[in-house]
Amino acid sequence: MSDSFDQIFIHAKQWLLGLMPNAPDWVMQIVSSLINISALLGVFMTLFALISVLERKILARIQNRYGPNRVGPFGFLQPVADGIKLLIKEDIVPIRADKIVHFVAPIMIAATAILTLGVIPYGRNMTPFSIDSGILFFFAVGSTTELGVSMAGWGSNNKFSMLGAMRAIAQMVSYELPLIITVLPVVMIVGSLSADAIVAAQEGYVLAGIVPRWFVFTPWGAAAFILFFVSGLVESNRTPFDVPEGESEIVAGHMTEYSGFKYATFFLAEYFGMFAISGLAVTLFLGGWHSPIGVLQFVPSYAWFFLKLAALLFTFIWIRGTLPRMRVDHVMGFAWKFMLPMAFTCIIAAAVWHYQRHGLAGWLWSLAVVAIVYFGLSQLAGTKKRFAPRTYRFAE
Amino acid sequence: MSPAAFIVIAILTLAGAFAAASLSKLIHAALCLVVAFVGIAAFFFLLGAEFVGLVQVFVYVGAVAVLIVFTILLTRRADENTAGFNWGGVAIALAVFAGLLWAILQTPELSVAAPPIEALTVKRIGEALMTDYVWPLQCVGLLLTVALVGGLILVMDEKR
Repeated sequence: MSDSFDQIFIHAKQWLLGLMPNAPDWVMQIVSSLINISALLGVFMTLFALISVLERKILARIQNRYGPNRVGPFGFLQPVADGIKLLIKEDIVPIRADKIVHFVAPIMIAATAILTLGVIPYGRNMTPFSIDSGILFFFAVGSTTELGVSMAGWGSNNKFSMLGAMRAIAQMVSYELPLIITVLPVVMIVGSLSADAIVAAQEGYVLAGIVPRWFVFTPWGAAAFILFFVSGLVESNRTPFDVPEGESEIVAGHMTEYSGFKYATFFLAEYFGMFAISGLAVTLFLGGWHSPIGVLQFVPSYAWFFLKLAALLFTFIWIRGTLPRMRVDHVMGFAWKFMLPMAFTCIIAAAVWHYQRHGLAGWLWSLAVVAIVYFGLSQLAGTKKRFAPRTYRFAE
Repeated sequence: MSPAAFIVIAILTLAGAFAAASLSKLIHAALCLVVAFVGIAAFFFLLGAEFVGLVQVFVYVGAVAVLIVFTILLTRRADENTAGFNWGGVAIALAVFAGLLWAILQTPELSVAAPPIEALTVKRIGEALMTDYVWPLQCVGLLLTVALVGGLILVMDEKR
């Protein structure tokens, strides 16, 4: 019974494909891909609508106000109203803008965000686009986002757009390094770039079936997960790293000259990028679709995946509601002086763990490696706070 | 390799390359070059070399194209249109093309059917890089480190 629930979407797809038994092979392939694409888009569009209203509700709760509560029960039909509003808004293109580049930029950013969602395993046998080097595909496609952002900044012919694009690219290029290097330990231990193989490697439980064998429960995995999550925050341009679109400084960065549905496309791309990064974090470190406790394995695999995804998305929103924006030079310095050395340390710690045969000794040794480098780096960077009575200077 | 896919991708790649060579605005030319890069990556996918195709996207679209776009942004004025036809450039391009064509036609194995090989997995590429090709790999790594340090020295403040 639980198996049929687990595979219900796979069976549904096979049933749909079975409706046309006489079709040639290439038609079947195309139809199968189309089913995958429409399922992916349907699920994530719904999630996008849901998360846009939930984010406003959670932020309102953090800031002690009500949030949207007019449209529908508890304001949950707000995304519908927003969508209609954005669709019928006037689409303004600046007269000096580079029309084609201005038009293509939001499409390109959204397309890359959607493509990266394709390689994530959402459940048992539920990877829409399963290739041997899925993780590489994720980052290869993700790296083209920068081109889209620079197109948006250039095409708008506006100094705020250009400044925002410059900031966005500087930030994305810097944080792409720690993001990719924190993935390397996982790839090293698993010995494969395939997302399915990485999830399969995290199956099973240790310590009498209580602790799952997720990579986040190893010292190098925990460090890499935190670094990956912070880099992911930066890559999706979320607070506290939203300097590219800092409203109080440069209007809306590269999105300044966009209105109506094009602006909504940028918004959608940002959220899809957030889903993709969170989904990859779940795949790499949080055991993918495996259940956290052995006895709960009867719950369908996709339910576990989306629960973990929801937990990470909530953390994204929580951080946005809690932390102020970082200064632009601090963001860059943090990437090169702290994130990158720590990411390299994760590789060494993972190697130590691997050569101690994944046992307790290896666990402690890799913890020691991570801890020593962490404290050394914080001493070097001089982040130790010196508390002293604050002195005030008043205008005379 | 299906011929229909080959023809569609070839037309897209050639159109992108031709637009990159002929458009008057440099930024448009650079963006059309990206289309050609993606087309070449698609060819690698079509040949079953997905790793090489992804690296093509990663390096050329993700890094080189952004570098080109930024070079244009930082060195040219927006309203500057480079006019005129560069005959010297045409001559060099034709010479390079002729040289490549000659080299390809000289290759004797061109007409021989490729022997069946097993799929090239990432694992095998990694093993080859770490055993047979470890010296070239180290040399490339050293070169990139030198380039990184050089870039840092160029932008460092001169505090004296």
